[in-house]
Amino acid sequence: MLTLSKLTTMGALALAALSLSACDLGPKKSEQGGFRGTSVAQITDPDNTIDPGTVPPPPYELPPPSGPKASEVYQNVKVLGHVSQEEFDYTMAAITQWIVPADAPPEQAGCNYCHNAENLADDSKYTKVVARRMIQMTQNINQNYSNHVKKTGVTCYTCHRGNAVPKYVWTDPKPSDGRLMGNKRGQNTPSPVTAYASLPLSTASMYLGLDAKAARVQSKTRHPTTLNLKGTKDAEANYAIMMHLSRSLNVNCTYCHNSRAFAQWGQSSPQRAQAWYGLQMVKNTNQEYIHPLTSVFPANRLGPQGDPYKTNCATCHQIQRKPLGGAQMAKDYPALLTLGPKGAVPGAAPAGTAPAMPGMAAPAPAAAAAAPAAAAAAGN
Amino acid sequence: MALLSFERKYRVRGGTLVGGDLFDFWVGPFYVGFFGITTLFFASLGTALIFYGASQGGTWNPWLINIAPPDLKYGLGLAPLKEGGLWQIITVCAIGAFVSWALREVEICRKLGMGYHVPVAFGVAIFAYVTLVVFRPFLLGAWGHGFPYGIFSHLDWVSNVGYQYLHFHYNPAHMLAVTFFFTTTLALSMHGALVLSATNPAKGEEVKSPEYEDTFFRDLIGYSVGTLGIHRVGLLLALNAGFWSAVCIIISGPFWTRGWPEWWTWWLNLPIWM
Repeated sequence: MLTLSKLTTMGALALAALSLSACDLGPKKSEQGGFRGTSVAQITDPDNTIDPGTVPPPPYELPPPSGPKASEVYQNVKVLGHVSQEEFDYTMAAITQWIVPADAPPEQAGCNYCHNAENLADDSKYTKVVARRMIQMTQNINQNYSNHVKKTGVTCYTCHRGNAVPKYVWTDPKPSDGRLMGNKRGQNTPSPVTAYASLPLSTASMYLGLDAKAARVQSKTRHPTTLNLKGTKDAEANYAIMMHLSRSLNVNCTYCHNSRAFAQWGQSSPQRAQAWYGLQMVKNTNQEYIHPLTSVFPANRLGPQGDPYKTNCATCHQIQRKPLGGAQMAKDYPALLTLGPKGAVPGAAPAGTAPAMPGMAAPAPAAAAAAPAAAAAAGN
Repeated sequence: MALLSFERKYRVRGGTLVGGDLFDFWVGPFYVGFFGITTLFFASLGTALIFYGASQGGTWNPWLINIAPPDLKYGLGLAPLKEGGLWQIITVCAIGAFVSWALREVEICRKLGMGYHVPVAFGVAIFAYVTLVVFRPFLLGAWGHGFPYGIFSHLDWVSNVGYQYLHFHYNPAHMLAVTFFFTTTLALSMHGALVLSATNPAKGEEVKSPEYEDTFFRDLIGYSVGTLGIHRVGLLLALNAGFWSAVCIIISGPFWTRGWPEWWTWWLNLPIWM
């Protein structure tokens, strides 16, 4: 017969087994990040590493940059007209391999995903209009944000990984419908976005979206004053976006910060400055390149609020400190490394077919020129 | 020094664990014993080494003196004296002094024929310390995971260790430890307030007996744990606070490396929801 004490023992054993199964046994790997004894360190579990992904080989050997220009051979080439026709073909072949889903139906397979098979110069498919802008975006990142992407650079594959829409993207959340029952006020929902904390979920649109603001909550003076009216909720939003950064790179807070003084640049690791440039890059990418495409995307490529899928840190990083484990990939695709010569980019909508895209002129790289030092001068 | 009237009762020979009669004597009111000697040795050597470390550290500001553990690269080996070796020797001295003191308490308990509650309770505190500077660094494979000896520096260490797991309040053992710490202080404050009010009656009234104390809490919450019971409750709460503190730090790293909020996904992944 089961007595109460036996039941209790069994319950306790079951609980112990459950909590043990939730743990990572086995040896761990640690890397020191700061002075000894500060516990600025990354501790990781070699049994739980996330595959950085493999870089697909180039479609064929990179052709020499000689020969006729793409713009001389093809029609309606707006952003890659300055590269040789052979390199243009090579780049197109690579992009097809990177972005078009392998299981696409025949009418969308290969080149047909973006191009009208009857007339490759035709801009009637939205995917072609988007792809053109995305090529400019990639060039802009490689040319103007080398403070973040360094010599490694990015390609379409950094985010897409064989998917038409990258895996890690975000859209604006639905606003509260005003109900009282079951209203979670945009938080208290376990989600990888906040690394499963009960913090606000929609902080990407606050800090990385169209009306992005700087994450500044700490007071610079003693005692409560009117100089800083930020409250706990602002701090939670700030915490939430930081959780997103941590999770996107699979690192802890001490990768960038010495938590004794989060805001102090002088006590932070060099990675923090690199992350700062990355945040400017993401904002610029969303504001100048993705949001202006809103009217180009069909409804099934928009979020519940009618905005396109946008980027955050995870879009490229995909739970790695360096996207694709830091693999040098962009060097094989020189056409993606720099923006085309000015004037070769008419920027505006393609002839007739697609609706106009406001704000599609060449982006201002001014944000990239500003430094964390400027942010430090401005406050933090 | 004159012997107090009740002191003769406490000065019982024998009951030593080591050394027989050799160290079984008193200096003034203090029992010495073998473990008194070892306590003195480890405590003096450790303190002297801390002062030596401070002299090499560039500051005598008591808040900023810092004796840091070695770099992680030394693993579980010995480090050069000024690069963490000092921390290693001081750690040995600290453990030696703490354990000696606990064993001296055991000897005193044996002399008095009482239970080992006091050394056991102190043992839990020692266990928490040894968890921080020996067990966890050992499981993580480097003495450099121990905490530095310094007022500010050990607080910085605590903060950074917490943020290595993104949000430490989600650590289940930390939740228990914090709850036990708060409950300990609540119980102590209520007990202290009760004793002070019973022993400080209004002018002209007599000191109140434990029956009054029991009645007060029976009125207030329907139950009084009693005069002896409150000390058992206090011990239980305090020991659990220390014990779960040790658990919450030993699982952080050796048994969990990601953010603590993510640990709770085991609950979301239970088969009953799926």
